[in-house]
Amino acid sequence: MPTSYLWLIPLLPFAGFLINGTLGRRFPRALVTAVALICTAIPAAIVAWLWITMKAAGAPDVIQVVSQPWIAITGLQIDFAFTVDHLTLIMLGVITGVGFLIHLYSAGYMAHEEGYWRFFAYLNLFMFFMSILVLSSNFLLLFVGWEGVGLASYLLIGFYFKKDSAANAGKKAFIVNRIGDFGFLLAMFLIVQHFGSLDFTHVFNAITVNPEWHGGVLTAIALLLVVGAAGKSAQLPLYVWLPDAMEGPTPVSALIHAATMVTAGIYMVARCHVLFDRSPYALAVVAIIGAATAIFAACIGMVQNDIKRVLAYSTVSQLGYMFLACGVGAYTAGIFHLLTHAFFKALLFLAAGSVIHALGGEQDMRKMGGLRKRIPITFWTMTMGVFAIAGLPPWAGFFSKDEILYQAFVSTNPLGKLLWFVGLVTAGMTAFYMFRLWFKTFFGPEHFNEPTDLHDHGAAVHTHSASHAVMVADHEDSHAHGVHESPAIMTIPLAILALLSIIGGWVGVPAALGGHNEIEHFLDPVFTTGTAVETATTAAPHGLELTLAAVSVLTALLGLGIAYAFYYRKPGTAAAIARRAPALYNLVQNKFYIDELYGAVIVTPLLMFSRIILGGLIDGGIVTGSGAAAGASARGLGSLVRRVQSGNIRSYAGWLAIGAAAVLLVMIFGRAIFLH
Amino acid sequence: MVPVAAYLILAAVLFSIGVAAFLIKRNVITIFMSIELMLNAVNLTFVAFSHMWHQVSGQIFVFFVMVVAAAEAAVGLAIIIAIFRTRETLNVDQIDLMKS
Repeated sequence: MPTSYLWLIPLLPFAGFLINGTLGRRFPRALVTAVALICTAIPAAIVAWLWITMKAAGAPDVIQVVSQPWIAITGLQIDFAFTVDHLTLIMLGVITGVGFLIHLYSAGYMAHEEGYWRFFAYLNLFMFFMSILVLSSNFLLLFVGWEGVGLASYLLIGFYFKKDSAANAGKKAFIVNRIGDFGFLLAMFLIVQHFGSLDFTHVFNAITVNPEWHGGVLTAIALLLVVGAAGKSAQLPLYVWLPDAMEGPTPVSALIHAATMVTAGIYMVARCHVLFDRSPYALAVVAIIGAATAIFAACIGMVQNDIKRVLAYSTVSQLGYMFLACGVGAYTAGIFHLLTHAFFKALLFLAAGSVIHALGGEQDMRKMGGLRKRIPITFWTMTMGVFAIAGLPPWAGFFSKDEILYQAFVSTNPLGKLLWFVGLVTAGMTAFYMFRLWFKTFFGPEHFNEPTDLHDHGAAVHTHSASHAVMVADHEDSHAHGVHESPAIMTIPLAILALLSIIGGWVGVPAALGGHNEIEHFLDPVFTTGTAVETATTAAPHGLELTLAAVSVLTALLGLGIAYAFYYRKPGTAAAIARRAPALYNLVQNKFYIDELYGAVIVTPLLMFSRIILGGLIDGGIVTGSGAAAGASARGLGSLVRRVQSGNIRSYAGWLAIGAAAVLLVMIFGRAIFLH
Repeated sequence: MVPVAAYLILAAVLFSIGVAAFLIKRNVITIFMSIELMLNAVNLTFVAFSHMWHQVSGQIFVFFVMVVAAAEAAVGLAIIIAIFRTRETLNVDQIDLMKS
């Protein structure tokens, strides 16, 4: 049984982290790569095995393993236990599968970077915590993974730590996530208080057997969990860290900030669906946050010029879709989109990385163009990703996105139609900005300078050129090269992901299109058990679903058409429109000044409070002041008493005589005084 | 028979002279002598009270005091000689090494 090897899934990456983290500095690069790849390939194989076992007829829906008491105090016992159900299986498949491909790609992409061993050690650490997160069978262990991936994310965003912007982006990600984690912690406290346990089964069973429980505490818990999920999954209002996280190396953006870690929030909401189903209010909040984030991020994504930033905002937007799906109770659709998104967004990031690699570190799309013929493999694989995210059939994104839109449309939520419309508009905008990226990068005239001179193919290539001087440390292999296709170790993962971006959606072809929606049946054991309020949507006619699909495809084609007109036929059009409405354009171009707003409303007052009240008044005034006062008073008393120590023997003798006389007087008269 | 009070008054007078000399004189040897004077004034009271109460313990104390005074004289005179050798003075006002 693969279950006996289950513990290897988190443990091997951890071993890889320890080996590379402690000894990697002395290892040759090939050995570092071997350790990192083996420690991610074996878990992937185990997951595949597990998948086959659990897909088999008659296999149990849930496997409980490695159950050891972890924390046991009066009234609360927490086990170190793993649970595998179909939801976990999908997550594990994404994490280990896509994770392995990205490790493979990184071996090529990072080949010449300084701190190669450090990179793979962190990446393995991330895999460890992410596996813990999805395998955990209670909230606390999930939280361990949750914080752990946050740590790995921080370390990897700040990988180029010598660069200020990267170090700051890492800190920003960590701090913003802490806000979300605070909500998660409060939710856990409430759960412990009301259920006396943090075990998923225990808590959800307690809710299931009490059908009269609605709202109230459940809403409070659910909303606090949403705060946590919004932090981790970069939703409004906590999304600000994700675009900055693009300071990390591109494979990190692909793995952590697109495919896996940022989906942890969606996973958590789906995992707690029993809880959310009892709180229509919390669900509505999830849906509204999701829809708002989706359209908001898509707006910003339309005008970004940094290729990775476009993808970052697109990730925020797609995560909003998944939130929207969870919010209308269509958890299956959300997880389905999570799955397909992991494929095509990882692909898009890796392909973007390949483009950046080819151009020697250039990330500005205005300085690209015409790359179609120069890097054909990257072009074709990225095309698959673009079509998938734009939602054109039969690419993967079409099926999952359509499922979400359909579920939103037919949901019992009074806002369902509005949510659907927002989703639809977002879909059009998504198609627009993705094709904008596609046209600007691969078509039209070449705007880049052919790097023909001797130039370092290495560390500086993948960071911004500003960091050239600091990051270039030890390359011996400077060599001349122009725009070039990436090596096979990078293009093979691209090809596999491109294939998955095409066929990945076929597991969820709806019945209306002649499919079986296998993923829905696969996830049924997870999402139907214990669900008292089932969002009954299955009865809707196929005609409606087909119409909605047609509408969304037309919207996507419209987005494609506009992008084609603006950026291929008449490249000046977009700039002309931007000139017509400069205020609006500037607003969007500057990301609605959200960062500045947060800076002014939260960060600056907080800094002021810290500097003036805490730093000046409390620390400077009370802490330093009390120390200084204690010192000064001791010094003053000393200067008084010092006069006694004159060094003159006769004055000592005089004091002695006076003292003796005083003692004598007290002995003679004191008795009389004290007695009266 | 001489009353006890007379002995006590004599002892008090001797002690006071000792204290006054201790405070006033600057010569170390003189100060030393005044200490001996004070000790012997105390010895006198011991003996007087011992006689008055017909108890021998007071006189035993006197022997102790005399032993201690002898030891003190031995050590003290040695110190005074050592000081005189290094400082070439016996004026206590000039012996103030402890004051920085």
